[in-house]
Amino acid sequence: MPFELFVALRFLREGRTQTTLLLAGASVGVAVIVFLSALIDGLQVSLVARTLGSQPHIIVRAPDEAARTLTDSPESLVQVVRPAQRLRSVDQWQQVRGLLERTPGVEAVSPVVAGPGFASRGAASRAVAIRGVEPEPFSRVIDVPSRLVAGTWRLRGAEAVIGQELAKELGLELGDKLRLSAAEGRADTFLITGIFDLGNKDVNERWVLVPVRAAQTLLDLTGGVSSLELKITDLFGAQELAAELERRTGLVAESWMALNAQLLTALRSQSSSRYMIQFFVIVAVALGIASVLVVSVVQKSREIGILKAMGTPTSKVMRVFLIQGAVVGGVGSVAGSALGSGLALFFTGLMRNPDGSPLFPITLEPRLFLTAAGVAFVTGLVAAVVPARRASRLDPAVVIRNE
Amino acid sequence: MHVIEAQGLWKTYGKGETEVVALRDVSLRVSRGEVAALLGPSGSGKSSLLTTLGLLQFPDRGSVRIGELEAVIEGRLRVDAARVRRERIGFVFQKANLIPFLNALDNVLVAFEINNRGGREARQRAAALLDYLGLADRLAHMPDELSGGQQQRVAIARALAMEPPVILADEPTAALDGRRSRDVMQLFRRVAHERGTAVVIVTHDHRTLDAFDTVHEMEDGVLRTTPHPSAAPAH
Ligand SMILES: Nc1ncnc2c1ncn2[C@@H]1O[C@H](COP(=O)(O)OP(=O)(O)OP(=O)(O)O)[C@@H](O)[C@H]1O
Ligand SMILES: [Mg+2]
Repeated sequence: MPFELFVALRFLREGRTQTTLLLAGASVGVAVIVFLSALIDGLQVSLVARTLGSQPHIIVRAPDEAARTLTDSPESLVQVVRPAQRLRSVDQWQQVRGLLERTPGVEAVSPVVAGPGFASRGAASRAVAIRGVEPEPFSRVIDVPSRLVAGTWRLRGAEAVIGQELAKELGLELGDKLRLSAAEGRADTFLITGIFDLGNKDVNERWVLVPVRAAQTLLDLTGGVSSLELKITDLFGAQELAAELERRTGLVAESWMALNAQLLTALRSQSSSRYMIQFFVIVAVALGIASVLVVSVVQKSREIGILKAMGTPTSKVMRVFLIQGAVVGGVGSVAGSALGSGLALFFTGLMRNPDGSPLFPITLEPRLFLTAAGVAFVTGLVAAVVPARRASRLDPAVVIRNE
Repeated sequence: MHVIEAQGLWKTYGKGETEVVALRDVSLRVSRGEVAALLGPSGSGKSSLLTTLGLLQFPDRGSVRIGELEAVIEGRLRVDAARVRRERIGFVFQKANLIPFLNALDNVLVAFEINNRGGREARQRAAALLDYLGLADRLAHMPDELSGGQQQRVAIARALAMEPPVILADEPTAALDGRRSRDVMQLFRRVAHERGTAVVIVTHDHRTLDAFDTVHEMEDGVLRTTPHPSAAPAH
């Protein structure tokens, strides 16, 4: 064992009360950081997951029709004329689909034929969003099958899968018939084969999933699709990827981040307040370690004086104290990680949904512990700099004389 | 050539009312294998001289040479004092000698460790030294489990550890009884004569004076070299 480490450990063992205080301080600091991170990460992951439970990561669609500007009046009265919004198909969507599927980072591509319509049963009627999808690719973008509350994930011919709110409002059950109508009097009857709960009331109320071909007929978009919906690998890289896809396809690509700007802002401010809190915790822990070590330098001045009188180099004396800081940080990070994880687990145990499932999952990743350990280690080391310098500057002649 | 040589040392502590001149133009030479005694009343400046020779403090004026190293010239330090101390000087201090939370063996090992010479061989040599000083059965004892004399012997073992050319000891026998102090003095004498070490020992103990080659007396900061009582000069 190196001499400095040996002496450092002996110093720590000798100053039992101080060492206990040091370790407690470092552990609590690390625990707070771990707990806070686990909690906030978990919260954010579950918020994002909830949001993306019924949203594709990126939607690629045809650009809005260009607005024409008319400046024909002598008074230069500017008039902007927008064409009436109507469904536009994505040009050459099969090729675009192929291109998207070959783009690195894209995991799944689902063509969607979407448009407004009415769902009715008997006298009851509701405004809905008709969504024509291919079951397999669509389920890879939005995982409907695992969130079916009844029936199966099957869309053939004139079959439809609807949300549980709509089913409730129209009093529909599996095997019941549902009438869908769209603009210009086009209408068709569908058999309910599945009922889903995507965790979003609006979606549960409005989405009617039908086969692509049926939607094309209803919405007068024969052979076309209104959008291509994507699942990608790097959630938080959605914005960049969308921009790249726009460049490559000439179409409009909207990321979930753009569509949920408010959520993202909230997440960001949450993250920055977390970093603030962590920063101040680190500063407090560092000051605590530094002040306890400074006291221990004074208490150990006799030993330090003897070592220095014997000719121990300044660097070795400094290292003895730096090592103490590092050991405190290191041990504190282990104890603190355990404490913080325990707290986080305990806390999520308390916060439960009515059905007993955790309100949100906490995420305890190895990366979190490694970061906490690194931060604690460096904090301990930095906190020990001032005490180490004090120790190294002690005048051995004074100590030898006065003891 | 003298192993240690001090020339015209002056040292003043404090200012004005509390000013104390601890060293007044002190010069001293000690040769290889010589054991020199430093006598004098309390407060006469013996410890001041010893710590100045040992580069633990520095004179206002004067020079100190250790071996071929001009360590202090005209009151100015010219070398890495800590390095010279750990490599060339063995100290036995008047007080505060041992590190309280290290056992006897580890206290001796410190001398090797600070020179980056720790390891198994160092451990064996430290044990052998303690054995040589009659502490073979006390290696694992902590300082507070040792008598004053035993502690002093551990300190002596530590001072001898690196086989330095100079040993400076401040009243090493103060805590020892008559027989033990004679033994310790004989030990220094043996080390000096066997290894050629220059030894300077501060002592009050006139009973042990015949163990010294030279005797220097301090009085109010002034050093006087007296003819040796038993007139047995260094070989
Ligand atoms: N650091 C210091 N500050 C102020 N005065 C000092 C200091 N060190 C020594 N002195 C003074 O210098 C004088 C010599 O002290 P020194 O310790 O050298 O005496 P000494 O001969 O070793 O005495 P003793 O036999 O009691 O150990 C004393 O008057 C002492 O008060
Ligand atoms: Mg003294």
